[in-house]
Amino acid sequence: MQANVSVRRFNPDEESPKSYDQEYQVQVDDNFTVLDTLIKVREEIDGSLALRCSCRASICGSCAVRVNGHAVLACKARVSEHLSEEGSIRVEPSGNQPVIKDLVVDLNPFWDKIRAVEPYMQPSLPEPEAEYLAPNEVMLHLVDVMGCIMCGACYSDCTVLEVDKNFLGPAALAKAYRFVADTRDVEDDKRLRMYNEYGGMWDCTRCGECVTACPKGVAPMERIMAMREKAIEANTPTGSYDGAAYGYRHSLVFEDLVSHSGRLNETMLLVKTVGMFNLPKLIAMIPIAMNAAFRRKMPPMFHPTIPGVGQVRRIAARINASKREAAK
Amino acid sequence: MKFAFFPGCVSRGGAPELYQSTIAVAEKIGIELEEIEGWSCTGAGALQESNPLLGDTLNARNFALAQRMGLPIMTICSTCQGVMAQAKVKLEDEEYRAQINEILATEGLEYTGGIQVKHMLWVMVEDIGLDKIKSLAVRSLEGVFLAPFYGCYIVRPSAALEYDEHPQRKVALELVIEALGANAVDNDGKTRCCGFPILTINEKNSLAMVAKHTGEAQDLGADAMVTPCPLCHLNLDGFQAKAAKQIGRQISMPILHLPQLIGAALGMDGPSLGLNRHIISAFDVAMKMGMRV
Repeated sequence: MQANVSVRRFNPDEESPKSYDQEYQVQVDDNFTVLDTLIKVREEIDGSLALRCSCRASICGSCAVRVNGHAVLACKARVSEHLSEEGSIRVEPSGNQPVIKDLVVDLNPFWDKIRAVEPYMQPSLPEPEAEYLAPNEVMLHLVDVMGCIMCGACYSDCTVLEVDKNFLGPAALAKAYRFVADTRDVEDDKRLRMYNEYGGMWDCTRCGECVTACPKGVAPMERIMAMREKAIEANTPTGSYDGAAYGYRHSLVFEDLVSHSGRLNETMLLVKTVGMFNLPKLIAMIPIAMNAAFRRKMPPMFHPTIPGVGQVRRIAARINASKREAAK
Repeated sequence: MKFAFFPGCVSRGGAPELYQSTIAVAEKIGIELEEIEGWSCTGAGALQESNPLLGDTLNARNFALAQRMGLPIMTICSTCQGVMAQAKVKLEDEEYRAQINEILATEGLEYTGGIQVKHMLWVMVEDIGLDKIKSLAVRSLEGVFLAPFYGCYIVRPSAALEYDEHPQRKVALELVIEALGANAVDNDGKTRCCGFPILTINEKNSLAMVAKHTGEAQDLGADAMVTPCPLCHLNLDGFQAKAAKQIGRQISMPILHLPQLIGAALGMDGPSLGLNRHIISAFDVAMKMGMRV
């Protein structure tokens, strides 16, 4: 079949470099991957097309690109699964990273974030004679997260990075979790304090783009959520970043309000999250609240409870009692 | 057609016009909605951060209540849809379901698995059908340009949301918009995050997302955006002015709830759909749709 492949090009050596789309008509088989197609373009149609690849088997993580607006590994994505009804496919470089040439991006910002989370085990000393051992059963849940091949597909599609380049990003935070959850690493407290800072775990929006983009089932967002749970449980100090303190309170107040009345009380959630005595924040909310009140949509300060709220309260109490018991 | 109705906290709190328009539109289309007595919050993903077991148990309780009614669930919130779909997948594991049922048993409840949870958007496409919606439309929306905005939880993770079994869910909003005669404005932001979950944590980033999406819709010539998610609505509508100020540009993009759009095509007027309760005025788009505001 014929595929109309639109590729986003960029040549830094031109006089005034600007990105543009170039169309190629390529004959492809059903089992062609996006990478097979791009290599065919380069070898048979246009030798100037720049792309990065190596293993062609979803192991090296070199060939992440965006196909029809979403990050994929070019060697894993089949062209036939991404062709439109008209037989077209759009290939662009990974997002959130500076483009060097055509489909090749600068991965330095990505690697800087990985390095920033101290991605190596920090075990207790003295060293054992052989390896640091861990029972299989406590490592099993980390198998998927350890499968990360650093392709940066999650980084490409992260919605937070689109607006804030300071965010550590999904891969780095998933890597961070991998060490927090490793029983042989003894620096949980130091790590959680570090990941509580601005740009860390609390800046994730839970949008799930990274889970979709990841070709290896790492599910970075779920690791970030698990790390939040650990930080809350350990009551790790939130340091200088207000966002982390708000993040803790948001989760805990949310749980508290729902456990009490069965439903969310939006006004109280907001007030208690920023703090009842945080006057600058509370005053800043007044115009928004007045706007809502003017349109008769200000949620009441004190919510009615749901019918049969006792059920919800007893369920919450029972679960929390067993959590406390397990913690002992 | 009858559903166990799950309105979600926000339609009973900060976005009452969503509840109001849903009830009005459902009646007109002939969808019978019986609200689940004593439904609780799904946890919205936030409660799951601190206490995932409680989140799953509360969802199992809602499912058990709906099963007692013998009806599938219909919700009007993308976030509730997503959280319930994810809980449903976890509860398919029999061992885990048994653990949760042990807690529910003390309240005389049991969830047996297999509940059907459907957002109103999907009900429109899959149960009512686009032809029926078209046939009920009495007001032409020709020449009206609407940018769809889904909300993360109704898009990802696609497996839990059964996208493979129902491929039209990927374009359900566009299908409804076009069935009603309006033009769907394709936009990059339509399946991205509105920023609401980090509104209190990092307001600057949250507002940057609002500005990005509403600004994009404006640049593409949309008359309004349409969303099936009340949380997206709260942020895109309620915080749009602040977001525009943050990036120093003029943005005025009305945000419609899905049933408000359907109601407009069915001939209803602005006040009955709560169009007058938006922060960003929907006056111009309502006039363009030929509605009384």
